[in-house]
This record gives sequence, structure tokens and C-alpha cells, in this order.
Amino acid sequence: MIFRPKIVPLGDAALLVQLGDEIDPTINQRIHALAALINIAPLDGIIETIPAYATLLIHYDPLTLTYAKIRKWLRMKLDQVEDAKSRKPREITVPVHYGGEYGVDLKFVADTHQLRVEDVIRIHSEKTYTIYMMGFTPGFPYMGKLDDAIITPRLETPRTRVPAGTVAIAGSQTGIYSIDSPGGWRLIGHTSLRLFDPTSEPPFLFSPGDEVRFIVENYRSSH
Amino acid sequence: MSLEVIDVSGLATIQDAGRKGWRGFGVPISGPMDVFAFYTANALVGNPIEYAAIEIGLGDATFHAMQDCVIAATGVGYQLSVSIWEFSLWSSFFVRAGWKIRLNKTDDGMWAYLAVTGSVQTQPTLGSRSTYLRGAFGGFKGRQLQAGDVIKTGIPSHLSYELAARTLPEEARPKYNNDPTIDVIMGPQTKYFTDEGLETFLSSEYSVSFTSDRMGYRLEGPPLAQWGKTELISEGMTFGAIQVPSNGQPIVMMADCPTTGGYPKIGTVASADIPLLAQCVPNKSRIRFQETTVAKAQKRYRELMRELDRIVEE
Repeated sequence: MIFRPKIVPLGDAALLVQLGDEIDPTINQRIHALAALINIAPLDGIIETIPAYATLLIHYDPLTLTYAKIRKWLRMKLDQVEDAKSRKPREITVPVHYGGEYGVDLKFVADTHQLRVEDVIRIHSEKTYTIYMMGFTPGFPYMGKLDDAIITPRLETPRTRVPAGTVAIAGSQTGIYSIDSPGGWRLIGHTSLRLFDPTSEPPFLFSPGDEVRFIVENYRSSH
Repeated sequence: MSLEVIDVSGLATIQDAGRKGWRGFGVPISGPMDVFAFYTANALVGNPIEYAAIEIGLGDATFHAMQDCVIAATGVGYQLSVSIWEFSLWSSFFVRAGWKIRLNKTDDGMWAYLAVTGSVQTQPTLGSRSTYLRGAFGGFKGRQLQAGDVIKTGIPSHLSYELAARTLPEEARPKYNNDPTIDVIMGPQTKYFTDEGLETFLSSEYSVSFTSDRMGYRLEGPPLAQWGKTELISEGMTFGAIQVPSNGQPIVMMADCPTTGGYPKIGTVASADIPLLAQCVPNKSRIRFQETTVAKAQKRYRELMRELDRIVEE
């Protein structure tokens, strides 16, 4: 199905560029290419962009820019995005202790799919994932796509506290909790890497569009 | 100059105009709930309007001026007292070293802003002095203010005496009231709602729940009917957007809301009306929504911002 790019307002100080309505790596790459094209030479009045799976949100200043003017400029950029070269994604390696006191749902994921825990670990860590977008909390990466063999729905009721560094899966996505927060994803392990430090330069380990490889550092079975 | 916090019974945080540039990484904008009252407080004391001041809500706050300064307090639902005198909001005052500055919560309204000549000078985090409470960073040590905190302010760019006794006339302020009609730009997920659901939204009264906070105002009222599919893949979010989960009760995203979300959005509050909504009182205010266009909403916002030019000497 052909999805024609659409520009829709989100209030009077933001708008959404919609390139699709599903989680698809090709659409997402185009979103990051569009964001790069906009951010290299932004129209005066554009404040920042938020890439998501298939949309790009643009925050702008309504005192400087009318909706009509930014729409017109964006249509021009959309024409250019097909030819735009995306930057080569950075690949970041994330060492993980699977299971143990943090990966409390690892056995559940294995049992749900009638796999051994070792298989879940191998399946999770053998793919290179793309960070489709960041959100929910500062530095939280939404990554995909998980192998079909371990796709697992999220919890019905989120936990009130998941520690920073916990590696998790939900549906066809995988992520890492970046700060202590409530969480509804299935917890399978933990990394000692710090995803976010507001006093560091740079403050974030990841950027949207990066690629991530999980490395099995250790596996400890839960008790 | 320094301002010492004597007591806070509510929520007092340092906020500047907001943390911009990091929303693509999941960092909310934070900043003031009522941006117009915030800008006015700064303008009254001659500060750049985006610079840091103190937001006070949900209770009283008392400060002690350690040196002479000029302050201004704006907002809704508060009474200001400086030393032994009581004043209404939306004016600036000269304060002598040692005097107490008190913001006392009254009925109606939610948020007040206290600005001081020279602006609040805390260490910025990710380019901003706004406090993000959930992330425990920004503002004053990443937390709300408490008794004993000493807040430093900078050197004012104007002679203090000239800035005292200025006011923004009532006609220039937003029309704060307990029965507001709020302009909304509809969409982008109007298709998720039945015709009945859309009509309900634009013809019913909603109240603000007590569970509301700086992240979002949960509204209570007739539920908004959706077709069935009640989630979408996450997309960017903005302050003022109205998300509707499967229970049909709208939630208005506020200053500390997450930067992305996956519930259908029925509309977004016009920037000119966010201050009115922010000052609505739980279980008391009755809110109605009406549809507007982006062009009309932007025009209203530009007109509102021009009102800042109407500051006069009292």
C-alpha cells in the first residue's frame, strides 16, 4: 500500500510529518534522513525535531513562522529526501548480564515460547538493532526488530520501579531503561553502561538512528 | 543577591522558559505551566523573559530577601505579602534586605511566578535552568525548593528603583476564569473517534481531576467514544496535546509530559489558551472545548504576546 507523505498540525506550535503508520525499518530510515536534512539548515523558527517510528514531529515558534510557511518549506524538503544520503549509523556495543536479579522475566519469555533460556539469550543478542526513536524517559531507546521467535507482549500492569540499565522487550521491540522509572516491558537482563548522564558531555550514549549490538557478558539463572 | 527559602507548603521549583533541543532524546521541555504569567513576571522586573524564575503551586511559599532587590509576582490564586503589606499579583515591588516575601494560596487558580531582578542563577543542565522532577535534574539540585535553600540571583541590568511599581493591567492579561472555553486545533487522530465521540468532546463540560500534576491534567466528564483501535505506534508529543486512552477520559499533556506517546490525540490546546487551562482548579473549574484553526490560534497567540508591551507604571 502506498502511503503518501502527509503534514498535519499538532496544535499551533508543532506539526507532524507522517511517512507511514507502522513499524518499518525503511520508513524509519527515511524519517532520520528527513530529520538530518531539516537540521542541517533549519528554517528560522524551527526549534527541534522528534523522530518516531514513522513520523517526525517538528516544534516551531508561531511568533516567527506561520503554519503555511513551514508547510511549504517542508514539502520542498520531502522532495529532496529520496536523494538524501543518511549518515552511516554508529554501532554501539552493549554488554549484558542476562537473567539474574534484574532479568526477572527471562524465564517467562523462554517458557512462553517453549525455548531454553540460553536460546532466548542467543536469539536476542545475535541481531543488530536500529534505534527507531527515543522517548518515554530521557535516553530510552526504542529498538527493533526482535526475532519473531521471542516476541512477547508487555505486562498488563506496569511495575512501579525498574532500575536504570535494565534490558527489556515488549512486542517486537527491545529497549533499555535509561533512568529508574515505572515500566511495563519484560525484563531480561542488565547493562552497566550508563545511557544518560546530564552532567556528561555528551549526555546520551545513544542517538536516534544508531545501531545497537548486545554482547553476552554473563548469564546467571534467577532463583 | 540571594533569596533564602523560609518555608514551602506546596510545590516550588526553578523554571526558565523550558529545556529545548533535547526532546528528540526523550527530555521533556518542563518550564512554566502558565507561560504568559511567567513571561510577565520577568518583564515586570526588566529580565529577559525567558530567564529563570520561581514557579509556586499547590500551597504557600515564603522567602527572605538577603539584599535589596525588585521582585514581581504574577499568576492566579495567590496573594502576595512583602514585609507587612499585602498586594495583588501582576505588579513589581521594591524589597529591602531582610524583608519577607510570602505567596499565600487563595481560592481559584493554581500557579504563581516570582521573578527577581538579575534572574535566578543556578547551574544550567542540558542548556536550561528548568527543573525536571522525574529525572531529578535541573533547577535547584534537580528537586523542589525546601526551607533553607539559598537561591542566587544575578546582577540586574537596570537600576532597581526604576523597575518597582510597574503593573500589567488586567485587560492585558488572559481572561482567567472558572468556566473557560478552550480553543483546540483538532486532530491528528480524529479518525479514531466516532462522530458521537467528537461531538461529545466539543459540547460537554470537563473538570480537572485531583490526580493532575505537572505532567498532565486528567479531565473528568463524558467519555469520548472511539472506534475500537485505541493505540497507535508512538509519535512525538507536545505541551497542550490531548491524549485519550481507552477509558475515554481526556488527558491534557502539560510541561513535564513525556516527549512521545501512543494514545490517540483528539486535539491540541491553542497556545493562547494553555495558561487558562493551566490555572483551572481541580473539581471546581468547568472546561468546554471549541474548535479553531491553526491560523486563528497563531494570530491569538501573537496578540497575547503583544500584551506584554502594555506594562505601565502604577
